[in-house]
Amino acid sequence: MNLIDKQLVKNKMGRRLISNKLIKQLFLIATLFGIVILGTLLYRVFTQGVGYLNWRFFINFASRFPEEAGIKAAIVGSLWLMVITAPVSLILGVGTAIYLEEYATKNKWTQFIQMNISNLAGVPSIVFGLLGLTVFVRLLEMGRSIIAGGLTMSLLILPIIVVASQEAIRAVPKEQYEASFAMGASKWQTIRRVVLPAAIPGILTGGILALSRAIGETAPLLMIGALTFIAYLPENIWSGFTVMPIQLFNWTSRPQEEFHFVAAAGIIVLLVMLLIMNSVAVFIRNKYSKRY
Amino acid sequence: MKKTKLFVLTALMLLSLGVLAACGNGDGSSSAEEEQKVEVDGSSTVFPIMEAVAEEYSAENPDVKVPIGVSGTGGGFEKFIAGETDISNASRPIKEEEKKLLEEEGIDYTEFKVALDGLSVVVNKENDWVDQLTVEELKKMWTEGEGVKTWADVREGWPEEKIEFFSPGSDSGTFDYFDEVILDGAQIRKDASLSEDDNVLVQGISGTKNGIGYFGYAYYLENKDTLKVVPIVNSKGDAITPNQDTIQSGEYEPLSRPLFIYVKHGSLKNDTVYDFTKYTLENAGSMAEAVGYVALPDSAYEEALKKIEEIAGK
Repeated sequence: MNLIDKQLVKNKMGRRLISNKLIKQLFLIATLFGIVILGTLLYRVFTQGVGYLNWRFFINFASRFPEEAGIKAAIVGSLWLMVITAPVSLILGVGTAIYLEEYATKNKWTQFIQMNISNLAGVPSIVFGLLGLTVFVRLLEMGRSIIAGGLTMSLLILPIIVVASQEAIRAVPKEQYEASFAMGASKWQTIRRVVLPAAIPGILTGGILALSRAIGETAPLLMIGALTFIAYLPENIWSGFTVMPIQLFNWTSRPQEEFHFVAAAGIIVLLVMLLIMNSVAVFIRNKYSKRY
Repeated sequence: MKKTKLFVLTALMLLSLGVLAACGNGDGSSSAEEEQKVEVDGSSTVFPIMEAVAEEYSAENPDVKVPIGVSGTGGGFEKFIAGETDISNASRPIKEEEKKLLEEEGIDYTEFKVALDGLSVVVNKENDWVDQLTVEELKKMWTEGEGVKTWADVREGWPEEKIEFFSPGSDSGTFDYFDEVILDGAQIRKDASLSEDDNVLVQGISGTKNGIGYFGYAYYLENKDTLKVVPIVNSKGDAITPNQDTIQSGEYEPLSRPLFIYVKHGSLKNDTVYDFTKYTLENAGSMAEAVGYVALPDSAYEEALKKIEEIAGK
């Protein structure tokens, strides 16, 4: 009976309950802060941009008249960029991840590589732009083309994809490997038939999120000399191009207020695009990852 | 399990298709030389004028491609020197070192003025004491270490309220120009708020009673209702308010600046570039006014047109 001093507990109870409540409120405020800011932002963008969001906005090129300005070249440019960036970054990224996780022996050397990949994920994007300008645009003479931009963007998101893919591969249970080996499967057969199918949801989720980042980046593309005004659509990967964030940046820096509204309409389009991509990522994760 | 496998297979196939498509066009660059194209890059200040010109030109000549980049005046010259562009937009004259590099590359070029911009010095609407400023006063106010804190330090009789300074960022041609004609190379005061986005400056000054700042005429024109422009005393001793007439006639000085395009002679031999340059010089005036700048006197464009005819040998 004497083990618990009821009086002491009673004395402290009030303070404990109050601090419990306080902490709860504090975290609630922290959560609300983000939501309110996001809400205001969305409200502002939608009220400003919705008036300019019509069919013409999608089929017109940029113009000096706000009512006629459209985002066609930028949308098509962004999509073209993805045509290069998606396959290049996914193939290289997943390949690297498989090698590092499955084949490479764990020693100082691979640790060093691993550390560099993680560090690369934190390098400012403008640095990748400089790299792209020197290597792709100038050295390999690709010019200010979609392929130069796409490869630069691939490099930018490559570390993210590698890290995400490694996580996904590592999450495959060891028993699955052992079962496969026990059946006499080779390493490659195991990777192809067991590991990859199990890891693909995680890989694709990471990949799509990385691509969403690429679609919203401006700095590296400005660096390699992506254009701001084009009144034609890119024909092939050697064409010059513009992308949505560059177009938006240009509109917001105009003196005429109407252009800020046009930019808001563009932001809505970009947001919807990102939302779709992220939903696909969530969908894939939910649909394919409940197997263990 | 089967579904997943199919999924993986399709994904992989799509990927390799993409790569094939990427490689298949490896020799596509040769076709780029045959198409009619005028490459333009450079200043973001000149961009709206060239965008307007290119928009009109493309409507009339749908086969000609006129891509315009915004790498800034310096970045534009870098590409011009590297031989990547035909026309370089600039909000300041070319620098000596840029000239030298162009010479080394053997690139001949000509400078054309396409429009005028009047840097406008603006204060808050509630500011009822500043009626005019001289260049000396501006210099004293904006230079670091001159000890100007309140309006009373600038001119006696003005209120003893702390001035808040707003300036375009040091990367912009606008800053370069102000630095050259007002600061004369002196260090700009360190407590000035710098922003690369002129709209941020507009908001800062219109929201700060004791704010002062400067930017291109177009930004003042768009925000007339919320800002008060300060007449600047010119070299003849008259206080001049920037407007279409005073900027065009040159009365508003020294803060009027010309905007340039630099055209490569080699490119002018190409009919497409020649035609576009001609179109630009014929229409730059009206396009400049449409986007908030000031046209040069007509005679300036006529002279420029004669010059390109000479260069192209027509």
